[in-house]
Amino acid sequence: MSRSAAWADTRTTLRWKRSGSLISYGLLTLGLGLMVFPFLWMISTSFKTLDEIYSLSLIPSRVTWDNYAAIFQGTPFPRWMLNSLYVAVIATVSVCVFDSITGYILAKFTFWGKQVIFVLILSTLMVPTEMLIIPWYLVSSSFNGMDTYWGILFPGLISGFGIFLMKQFMESLPSELLDAARIDGMGEWGIFLRIAVPLVRPAFATLCILTFLGSWNAFIWPLIITQSEEMFTIPVGMAFFSSEAKDSSNWVQIMTGATLSVLPLIFLFLCFQKQIIRGIATTGLK
Amino acid sequence: MRTTGVIPSRPKRRLWFGSGIGRLNYRHKQRLFIYGGLLIPLIYFVVIRILPILYSFNVSFREWGMLSTDKPFVGFDNYATLLSDPLFLKSLVNTGIYVVVGVPAQLIAGLIVALLLQQVVKLRGLFRTAYFIPYVTSVVAVSWIFRWLLMKNGIVNALFIELGLGPQSFLYSPTQAIFWIIAVMVWQNIGFQMLIFLAGLQNIPKLYYEAAAIDGATGWQRFVHITIPLLNPVMLLSVVMASIGFLQSFTQVLNMTGGGPLDSTISVVLHIYNLAFKSFDMGLASAATVILFVIIFMLTLVQLKVLGSRFQQE
Repeated sequence: MSRSAAWADTRTTLRWKRSGSLISYGLLTLGLGLMVFPFLWMISTSFKTLDEIYSLSLIPSRVTWDNYAAIFQGTPFPRWMLNSLYVAVIATVSVCVFDSITGYILAKFTFWGKQVIFVLILSTLMVPTEMLIIPWYLVSSSFNGMDTYWGILFPGLISGFGIFLMKQFMESLPSELLDAARIDGMGEWGIFLRIAVPLVRPAFATLCILTFLGSWNAFIWPLIITQSEEMFTIPVGMAFFSSEAKDSSNWVQIMTGATLSVLPLIFLFLCFQKQIIRGIATTGLK
Repeated sequence: MRTTGVIPSRPKRRLWFGSGIGRLNYRHKQRLFIYGGLLIPLIYFVVIRILPILYSFNVSFREWGMLSTDKPFVGFDNYATLLSDPLFLKSLVNTGIYVVVGVPAQLIAGLIVALLLQQVVKLRGLFRTAYFIPYVTSVVAVSWIFRWLLMKNGIVNALFIELGLGPQSFLYSPTQAIFWIIAVMVWQNIGFQMLIFLAGLQNIPKLYYEAAAIDGATGWQRFVHITIPLLNPVMLLSVVMASIGFLQSFTQVLNMTGGGPLDSTISVVLHIYNLAFKSFDMGLASAATVILFVIIFMLTLVQLKVLGSRFQQE
């Protein structure tokens, strides 16, 4: 092949590549629209007046905050948000504390029973939650756990997935570093808290965020354990007041509620997306 | 890598009674830390995760109404009742549809987005974020958003009429509803699938593609002979996880159709929920959870075996 022919060949490849990426951009943008549009339509509906909700324009001709005022004054929605926040914060703290210590011990020590314990914890991940829900319900109802915060919380205080994630991260800590601290006379708790924990800070960020999101979005268990409106979490409240809404004019209220339940999560995700994405990528591959 | 923290050179000392924590032998201190740290998590796992499973088997063999005081042992009666109940069988068939349609759809969609994302450099972060956002948002909220979009006089129907496809009844149609629910589930999980595939794609050495290009392989050949086989372990994980997810379809079904119209969307988990918390027949409901558990377990084993062995051959 002559030199100029080779050049022409490279140039067509380049041109092909450029147009290929143009098609990629086009398709990705199309998909992006598909991903974002439902949320835009939700937000748009929440700002529409009642007589405009069936109009097919994305931007309301008259933007109103009335729907938000109505939902904050006329419904227990603020209470549901507080419930969700309370439950999610406690679950997150508990999971971080217990999963990190368990993950650390399983990753960095050899001891009698280690394999059994690890397999036991992992195997619980394969059991469908539905199988646990009925016994949990029967026990809660005989121990006055129904309709209490403890009732909502107890199944999510320690997570097998979190232990697995923490173990993966803790294994990368150099044992020499921990041994050096031992030689310097540091106690085991001191080593864990002052050396191991600070070094796996990214893992904590991932675990915290995933636990918080999971708890905020949890549906089936809170649906079963809560009975009075004041104890609902946001998803239960959403489902409750949406299915109560027989009148189609309530759509505007439903979309306002949906906006309120979704926006904090999107905001949180945008703040921590690096940690979330890395966490999922590392656990997904192992 | 060394996983033990024990320093070998230190001589063993005897532990004397009453010597106090401060004078405990180094090894003993470590044991104390290990078992002390594991104590609460272990008790938790046994009490909250393991015992309920056993309890659930127990309940499934009993006639367990909420009001009756004695719960007599009835053997496999609950299982027999379920397997002759047309609604339960219907829910099994529907769950099969959720898995068989949903899993490939989710995988293909995720793979396409991941491959497209690899082609672009600019705006990559923006695209990744946008595709991932549905995954972190509430399933309940998303279900209601789509109910709103898919209404008779909603925006999607307006679009359909514009395109000449005529007005559709979507979630009110016994033949369409289940596929719209699957579409929403796929829509919400594309981002997660994409992330897993992106991580997998990044692990494939560029060298392979370059070598294949020199040998004159077309883009499609490179995709079939390099990308797909090397993505196999990631694929395996995705298939197993997605199958388990679709087998447990519940929240979208309850919120989008409630199982209707004409039970065309009812899933096993929704049926379990109705049995347990609408008719309070805990025995039947538990038997149904055991059946679901067995299905998930078998399917996972088969997938690991079949897909896993294919991966070994590559």
